[in-house]
Amino acid sequence: MNAPAPALWRKIDPAVATAFGCTILLLFLGSLYSSSFLSPEYLLQQLKVASFLGVIATGMMLVILLGQIDLSVPWVVAVGGMMSTAATGWGPTGEALAIPFGVACGICLGFANGFGVAYLRLPSMIVTLGVNAVAQGLMVVHTGGFSPQDSSSDAMRFIATGHTLLGIPNALIVWALVGGATVFLLSRTTFGRAIYGIGNRERAAYLSGVKTQRVVLFTFAIAGGLSAFGGILLAGYASKAAQAMGDAYLLPSIAAVVLGGASILGGRGSYIGTIAGVILITLLQSILSVIQMEEAGRQVIYGAVIIAMLLLYGREKVAR
Amino acid sequence: MSDWRYRLGEHRGTLLAFAFFVLMFVIYASNHPVGFTANVVQTAANKGALLALVAMAQTFVVLTAGIDLSVGMVFVLTNCLASSIVIGSPAMVALGVVGVLLTGLVCGAINGAIVIYGRLQPIVTTIATGAIYFGIALVLRPVPGGDVDGTLSDALTGRVFGVIPTSLIALAAVVLVIWVPYRRSAIGRAAYAVGSSEVAAYMSGVPVRRAKFLAYVASGLVASIGGLFLTFITASGEASAANGGSYTLYSIAAVVLGGVSLFGGSGSAIGAIFGALMFRTIGDLLFVFDLDPLWQPLFQGLVLLAAVCLGSVRLFQIRNRLDLFE
Amino acid sequence: MGGSAAPLFQMAGVCKRYGGVRALEKADLTVEAGQIHAILGENGAGKSTLIKIMAGVVAADEGRMLLDGREVKFASPAAANQAGIVCIFQELSLVPDLSVADNISISNPPKRFGLIDRRAQRRIAEEALARAGAEDIHPLAPVKDLALSRRQMVEIAKALARNPRVLILDEATSALTAADVAKVFVVLKRLRAEGLALLYISHRMHEIAELADQCTVFRNGHNVASYRAGEKSDNEVVELMIGREYSHVFPAKPPLKPSDRPPALEVRRLAWSDRLRDISFGVRAGEVVGLGGLDGQGQRELLLALFGVLRGVSGEILIDGAPASISSPSAAKAPKIGMALIPEDRKTEGLMLPMSVSVNLSFAALDRISNRGVIDRAKERELIDHMIELLAIRTDGTNVPVGSLSGGNQQKVVIAKWLMVTPRIILLNDPTRGIDVGTKAEIYQLLRKLAATGAAILFYSTDYDELIGCCERVLVLYDGAVKRELVGDEITERALISSALNITTSGGADMASAVSA
Repeated sequence: MNAPAPALWRKIDPAVATAFGCTILLLFLGSLYSSSFLSPEYLLQQLKVASFLGVIATGMMLVILLGQIDLSVPWVVAVGGMMSTAATGWGPTGEALAIPFGVACGICLGFANGFGVAYLRLPSMIVTLGVNAVAQGLMVVHTGGFSPQDSSSDAMRFIATGHTLLGIPNALIVWALVGGATVFLLSRTTFGRAIYGIGNRERAAYLSGVKTQRVVLFTFAIAGGLSAFGGILLAGYASKAAQAMGDAYLLPSIAAVVLGGASILGGRGSYIGTIAGVILITLLQSILSVIQMEEAGRQVIYGAVIIAMLLLYGREKVAR
Repeated sequence: MSDWRYRLGEHRGTLLAFAFFVLMFVIYASNHPVGFTANVVQTAANKGALLALVAMAQTFVVLTAGIDLSVGMVFVLTNCLASSIVIGSPAMVALGVVGVLLTGLVCGAINGAIVIYGRLQPIVTTIATGAIYFGIALVLRPVPGGDVDGTLSDALTGRVFGVIPTSLIALAAVVLVIWVPYRRSAIGRAAYAVGSSEVAAYMSGVPVRRAKFLAYVASGLVASIGGLFLTFITASGEASAANGGSYTLYSIAAVVLGGVSLFGGSGSAIGAIFGALMFRTIGDLLFVFDLDPLWQPLFQGLVLLAAVCLGSVRLFQIRNRLDLFE
Repeated sequence: MGGSAAPLFQMAGVCKRYGGVRALEKADLTVEAGQIHAILGENGAGKSTLIKIMAGVVAADEGRMLLDGREVKFASPAAANQAGIVCIFQELSLVPDLSVADNISISNPPKRFGLIDRRAQRRIAEEALARAGAEDIHPLAPVKDLALSRRQMVEIAKALARNPRVLILDEATSALTAADVAKVFVVLKRLRAEGLALLYISHRMHEIAELADQCTVFRNGHNVASYRAGEKSDNEVVELMIGREYSHVFPAKPPLKPSDRPPALEVRRLAWSDRLRDISFGVRAGEVVGLGGLDGQGQRELLLALFGVLRGVSGEILIDGAPASISSPSAAKAPKIGMALIPEDRKTEGLMLPMSVSVNLSFAALDRISNRGVIDRAKERELIDHMIELLAIRTDGTNVPVGSLSGGNQQKVVIAKWLMVTPRIILLNDPTRGIDVGTKAEIYQLLRKLAATGAAILFYSTDYDELIGCCERVLVLYDGAVKRELVGDEITERALISSALNITTSGGADMASAVSA
């Protein structure tokens, strides 16, 4: 690849094209198995499921653009789900505030992540791991170790499972709104520029007069809020929260961002790529389960596909 | 003569990890309801040795500025394999052990080959290969079960002279046979050089690729020793995703607590081992203070955060803010 | 060129392309044993590519390399080292976390029973450091704890420990103190007497004049001239390098006008740690004030302290006569203060190399072209185009990565990026290091133009000629304090050097003895 690699997040790069290409290939292979893979109902259902991962991966992408990583996703997702359902159980006011309350809890945890990374200069891998453990600890204490009994509020169910005009799932609309806001943030605001700048070279960004620590802090906070929001959607979808509800979202969210062409080292990546990665991964998981592949086989294929795709286009340039 | 100052500086992380571990363990043992008995030590040692081995495996890769997120899955996979093949006649047991270690070696080699020759980032690569290894483990053990050779198992998880846990002796043997020669070999130093600055290492004619590849291979090998050991302790195999995931994450925590830099180039597996033992002791502290076990995860998380925050004390000494961004 | 016997090393018809750009075009070079061979040329003339090919870092597309008359090909730096070609790179090749001794024998450590023999390794390190004249460096010290000039000495020791036949020094003295340079020169001359071939690349003409036996000038990837040292005057050489006449490098200094207004920037009794002591001075609008002295006497720290980067700075900073507190770069660049810093290292501090030229250009000025955090793209575009034109930045569009530009143009981007915030006080940290002559001249012109429009400029340079040519006043720092202030005609090379060395005499002989002391 000798195309000018960086910063032009509006331009479609080969990674995004390949990811979308593979999505279409997957659909084609699926349709050979069963024609229902091409039905609008199936596709909309997949997009709806993808929305949950999409919201979570959005936060992950922002953090990865900084050159950091957020391993606290599993339990921040769970916190979002559990706190919003808990709030629902506190009566009408709680029910009305369930969604903002859940998001706020996620933002708080995100601030903790961001504070450790930005101000204490700790490696994000270890800070977010610690915050994940703390979040888990808090939830274990909160629930007493049992599955939480509260159920989701109507609003949560509405945004996660409802449909509005033309049968478009509300979850998809929510994802579109989150995505639109992210694209705007990244491409049109000073904050977005700062994220890319810090991901490329924090030292240079600091010497350019950017308040880099504040940018990192708020980026992690946004990511925490988005993870929790993903948890709220999931709780709305399943009508209740569960202990390990976020476990299945850490690796896919990282994989989606990277499959979309973002560099795990930071500073490079586009939101359209993340969309492509999210859809690709959701579809892959769905197809594997539809063809009733064993869990063992699913894991192997899932891993092999990610490796194969990255070998196709995600390779670093040669030093010489 | 300021030699000692430099030598001390070189091992600072390891020594600190050791000191903290001793402190924690003294608090733990002196408050233990049953007291500081051989049994207490043996149980703690067996549990600690498992994480210590996985953390040691992680260290090899982290030193080269990489990361192995599949290390817990290799641990689980080799556990499942060992629960099937390390049994029978002595010859078969020996063959089984070799088979388990070879499997670990191959897993590490696959990681290494993809990262180095496929030029993919280690984080994503090992996430994906971890899924593959876990899938294979599931094939081997769809449900928990299996067995392991009893004599070997008892010998390696018991005590010698009634007091010293053999698991610690085994751990020390692994360190002596694998880590010490590695640390002092040219290829081991090449790994440190690569982790510290890959460009400088390449410019200096260091075999960059070979050093990185070998680090992944060593990681797989040591993780498989851990898997083998788990089988000796539990006498069964279980393809548990939660187990694999938590061992991977705890290994990173142990490595950091042990003074190994996640940016590569400094630290030692011995430090990581004490980091692992420390991490385990922290987890058990609540138990001896007779608090509600519900609080254990929260406590463990808070102590982990507090411990890593100690590393930030140096920030108060920084007078040039540019030093923050190195 | 070459004599009748086969020369030690020869390159013939070597070509190298990067993408569409030709870095080397049929380059020839002949290096004889027992000589110091200087390579001259502007940045981008192909010097770095040439030595990278020699040292096995990159492979040539075409052409041949001969060692002792036999054709050789190097697959890696290690292969080149084995053949006896060792390079001291401009970008340091030391591993920061390892000790000096580890670094010196990194590729070929002494072994016992298959493991590294630390005692022997330490002995090798001590010998090599002694050979390089750097006995003050402890072999067990981690490289990351050493100052830049000490690292450079380790680099030289490391090269010597490999017993090279051809030693390449690429701007190897750029980070050294004057005392170290003198020591290194002694070492180099000794190596020449021992029969080594030395390839010496430097932008410092007086160094080349002192050392070289043979010179080769490169321009646009091709060797344009080769001559015995001393055959050509400096002006002739510079003409060869830039391919045009070398004149009016330094613009004229307008006479100083007396003014009642307080200085744009005034510093009173500034101190920090043990690196800056009791510094007081002022810079008026329209003035270019130089910072001189040996490298590492606190000049960098002074600029960083003014820019709000250092913690625990005591003393007063006054902007237009009013006390100001500057606690971060973002405070320093705020319109109220209007300060800009062109940092030391453009690659890690000035630019985000993989990002586009336009993103880099507007990065510092984003708050000036945005409304509540939303960027006004039309305004951004306009300013970027204006800057590219104003500084004549040669770039293949504004969307290419800034890393693909030549060093000189990268530096122009750094300067332009800061001009976009329309600063009133401009701090420059050695902005012309490693930059070609043509761009240097453009930067001098620009500084003068900025001063004429009322900017106050504080300019640190390691090049004495620049200080003499550009500045109305020069503050010479020594050990963190202002040792002497030179004004107008007082700014001569002799005055700069003697006050830099903190000696009061005017004799050259005394200076030399001070260096070797």
